[in-house]
Amino acid sequence: MDAKVEPQRQVMRLRGRSYVAFVFSPFMPIMNWLEEIDATLAQSPGFFAGRPIVLDLAAVELSSHGVAHLVSNLETRGIRVLGLEGIEPDGLDPKLPPVLSGGRGCVVEQVEPKKVEVLPPPPPAPSLLLRSPVRSGQRIVYTEGDVTVLGSVGSGAEIVAGGSIHVYGTLRGRAMAGINGNSDARIYCQKIEAELLAIDGYYQTAEDIGETLRRQPAQAWLDGDVLRITPLN
Amino acid sequence: MAKVLVVTSGKGGVGKTTSTAALGAALAQRGEKVVVVDFDVGLRNLDLIMGAERRVVFDLINVAQGVAKLSQALIRDKRLESLWLLPASQTRDKDALTDEGVRDIIADLRTKFDWIICDSPAGIERGATLAMRYADEAVVVTNPEVSSVRDADRIIGMLDSKTVKAEQGEQIKKHVLITRYDTSRAARGEMLNIDDILEILAVPLLGIIPESQDVLKASNVGSPVTLNNAASQPARAYIDAARRLSGETVDMVVPTEQRRGFMDRLLGRRAA
Ligand SMILES: Nc1ncnc2c1ncn2[C@@H]1O[C@H](COP(=O)(O)OP(=O)(O)OP(=O)(O)O)[C@@H](O)[C@H]1O
Ligand SMILES: [Mg+2]
Repeated sequence: MDAKVEPQRQVMRLRGRSYVAFVFSPFMPIMNWLEEIDATLAQSPGFFAGRPIVLDLAAVELSSHGVAHLVSNLETRGIRVLGLEGIEPDGLDPKLPPVLSGGRGCVVEQVEPKKVEVLPPPPPAPSLLLRSPVRSGQRIVYTEGDVTVLGSVGSGAEIVAGGSIHVYGTLRGRAMAGINGNSDARIYCQKIEAELLAIDGYYQTAEDIGETLRRQPAQAWLDGDVLRITPLN
Repeated sequence: MAKVLVVTSGKGGVGKTTSTAALGAALAQRGEKVVVVDFDVGLRNLDLIMGAERRVVFDLINVAQGVAKLSQALIRDKRLESLWLLPASQTRDKDALTDEGVRDIIADLRTKFDWIICDSPAGIERGATLAMRYADEAVVVTNPEVSSVRDADRIIGMLDSKTVKAEQGEQIKKHVLITRYDTSRAARGEMLNIDDILEILAVPLLGIIPESQDVLKASNVGSPVTLNNAASQPARAYIDAARRLSGETVDMVVPTEQRRGFMDRLLGRRAA
């Protein structure tokens, strides 16, 4: 590589500029404080998107490790920490954001998040349709609603649904319906050879399923706190 | 156009290597240019079944790592002009094989052969996933017993999700090959029956290979059973399966008991 020597080197220019940043002042216990942050985020998701913040640690006593933990906790919530305040820089991990000083309070205009930043929640999809058999070792988890399988569910496969489960084929694996406490959920299948059936946590294993039902079209449903398996038709 | 076929099973010892050699030889006998590739790194067998173990110099991993050229590692069969072997390494472990290495070798083989038949190691780990990764079609080998069928089901799920074809939203063509079908045990109802297996796996049947001493005899002399004794029952079943792979429609023969004595054969047909 031939590096050319520039005859007139530009002198690096140092320029100053001031920015307005949100300041977070965590309090003890940190867990409670994080819960408040989560509540804010739940009400207006995306509120802090594109708004780095400064973390004022004057009210808490944290080790370098503790600070790092807190910063990464915020990062997982999509909050970027621009700098730290109210803490001695000595002994802090150099990978942490820098310690700032000389901040001045000011009024921030437009605290409402911009409308575009708030994504409308996706319309609830009530059911999941699987067009091919569910094979041994596969696990389908769909907490939002019903699961329908056009085919069989193999031995050693597992279907977990928030709603009901419909199997247009032989159910040989495990089926767990109504896992979010939906006791009205049911499991239907064309042929029952299930390893385990569960609705809202009440379950039966292959051992419990009556021999007369085996290989027949059947449904499972909750009668109070008893899981019943009955022929379909 | 070249076809990449993986012979796989999940469960070990069901007959993948036997089937790779037998199908490879049967296709080559039909005039197709075939290479059988041993993916069982560390536990290679295919060279023995093919009777080529004393001619192995370079292997799959040497080629993958650029130590040897493909042409240096390929071994031509002594009996069939158009049949070749790419051996695995017995000394290296499975991690020596990389996705990119396999991709490049398969791409290279595609330009030289009609059929590239990959003998997968047992299991569902890296070795097995690499063997199936670039396949267009799969022969899922199973024995007529519950654990083998369940593992086959699991492998089919992986074929439908972990292959390049599947990732591109295409379907990998799958066939079930039932091997070690013991006619006398079947007659006594001691094995899963064919219909049950097909109902569980929901994949078309490629063939039923009977349990037979001819398979052991062939492997003892280092010859694919289809070459060693083409008239034997297992060889005929493999030859039919190879014809189905090439797209022919061949009636399915369910193996039946063969151990009939001379008198039986003579008198067996007499009407009751
Ligand atoms: N049809 C058959 N009749 C009798 N023996 C058979 C038959 N098919 C395979 N075998 C025997 O079963 C054993 C295992 O076969 P093979 O090595 O082909 O299985 P594999 O699936 O490749 O095993 P691995 O998982 O260890 O690679 C061998 O001893 C082989 O000779
Ligand atoms: Mg093998």
